[in-house]
Amino acid sequence: MSTRYTRDHEWIRLDGDLATIGITDYAQDQLGDIVFVELPEIGRKLDKGGEAAVVESVKAASEIFAPAAGEVVEVNAALSDQPASVNEDPEGAGWFMKVKLTDKTSLDGLMDEVAYKAYLETI
Amino acid sequence: MGDNHASETLRETPLAAAHRALGARMVPFAGYAMPVQYPSGILAEHKWTREHAGLFDVSHMGPSFLSLAKPSGDPEADHAAVAAIVESLTCGDIRSLKPGRIRYTLLMNDEGGVLDDLMVARPAAEAWSGTLYIVVNADTKEADFARFQAAAGDTAELTRADDGGLLALQGPEAVAVMRDIIPSVADLGFMTYGSFAYEGEKLVISRSGYTGEDGVEILVPPTLVAAFWERLLADPRVRPIGLGARDSLRLEAGLPLYGHDLDSTTSPIEADLGFALSKRRREEGGFPGYDRIRRELQEGTGRKRVGLAVEGKAPARDGTEILDESGRKVGIVTSGGFGPTIGAPIAMGYVESSLAAPGTPLTLVVRGKNLAARVAALPFVPHRYFRKSNP
Repeated sequence: MSTRYTRDHEWIRLDGDLATIGITDYAQDQLGDIVFVELPEIGRKLDKGGEAAVVESVKAASEIFAPAAGEVVEVNAALSDQPASVNEDPEGAGWFMKVKLTDKTSLDGLMDEVAYKAYLETI
Repeated sequence: MGDNHASETLRETPLAAAHRALGARMVPFAGYAMPVQYPSGILAEHKWTREHAGLFDVSHMGPSFLSLAKPSGDPEADHAAVAAIVESLTCGDIRSLKPGRIRYTLLMNDEGGVLDDLMVARPAAEAWSGTLYIVVNADTKEADFARFQAAAGDTAELTRADDGGLLALQGPEAVAVMRDIIPSVADLGFMTYGSFAYEGEKLVISRSGYTGEDGVEILVPPTLVAAFWERLLADPRVRPIGLGARDSLRLEAGLPLYGHDLDSTTSPIEADLGFALSKRRREEGGFPGYDRIRRELQEGTGRKRVGLAVEGKAPARDGTEILDESGRKVGIVTSGGFGPTIGAPIAMGYVESSLAAPGTPLTLVVRGKNLAARVAALPFVPHRYFRKSNP
């Protein structure tokens, strides 16, 4: 399945039962230099639209919301030493967490890449 | 939508178009649209300033001149007369300022709190005696200017100079850059200033700043601002720096930010700014709130401004609660973030005075989690101001 996007600039990519979540290139550019990412504990249950992580840039802290409900099964431990990878490769090495989704169909309402790009044009 | 509405009412400096052309991200600050960063980002801008020369637009601030209406012509008497007006509002020793010197001082309220921190400078030229160059903060300038004019009555007039440009050029290469344009700028000592002829106009240049580095601050007439900004940027040692790095630089330098680390409830003694009180003013008073200052000088204060080194990597921001080892609330963070030169989170805040000694272990509560921290001596990054060696 292809990557889906939220209006809050998170991305989510489903691979089998697991979905990987991160923030978009637009989001990292808006936040500026990222110096710390607070990731959830393994096993935490996320609500759709609920707080999933906190990103600290030099200037400010910003909440990151879960694009879909599920249980956190893995977090990107490399962000602890390399928070800047969120700036450098937000949809690759800068991923945040892997989540076992409660309901795979809950991604249906999210934007695909074409729709997200069109949405960015409106901002 | 709200942002769009707000931007319609924001003021702009004469360099707003130049910032946008450089790709700056503009944010509302003190009623102005100001560049928070350029495309290179805050970390790169911070490091550039520490290593080379960073150029800041601080035209939103409040430069002004307070001048006697009828100077007598006696330089010392005229200085004493205008200094008396400023001393009636501030805790600083303005009377003893020597020609060409700048002093950091604090505008006080009747409760001994701080209404603003500011720079007051005495012109070097005798012909200008009876005038003081005063630079106040952007957010407070309207109230400050009104306060000065009210205190001056008919004796002196405050003339605003915030319609042009105020630029800060900061960093180890800043003065070398300025020397290539105006050679005699290199003769200025730290915390002195002068007036320099430039293209038929006058630049007011002070060797001062808000980064902990050597550098200058330059008052530029409206007609020259854009061209002077471009001329400085044409030097490969110079890059534009936004307010984001200005904040991280001053935090590392341990310099308080008005509205965060100082406000109308904090006294200069609590804020550990006792250096701003001379012996004469400590003894004589004669400024608003002196009773509290005298008492605090004798008895100490309940709280004190300190630096905080935070363990781990999560920054602790303004408003973070500070606990002692038993979990009791003992203070609050007033500025905090990531120190790019330090490479770790740092903060400033107020704690109970018994816990203000460097090394004291404390706990910061960030999003419900306890972070270990220690009181740190300020500044976090040593100041590198220019000191003239004695001949």
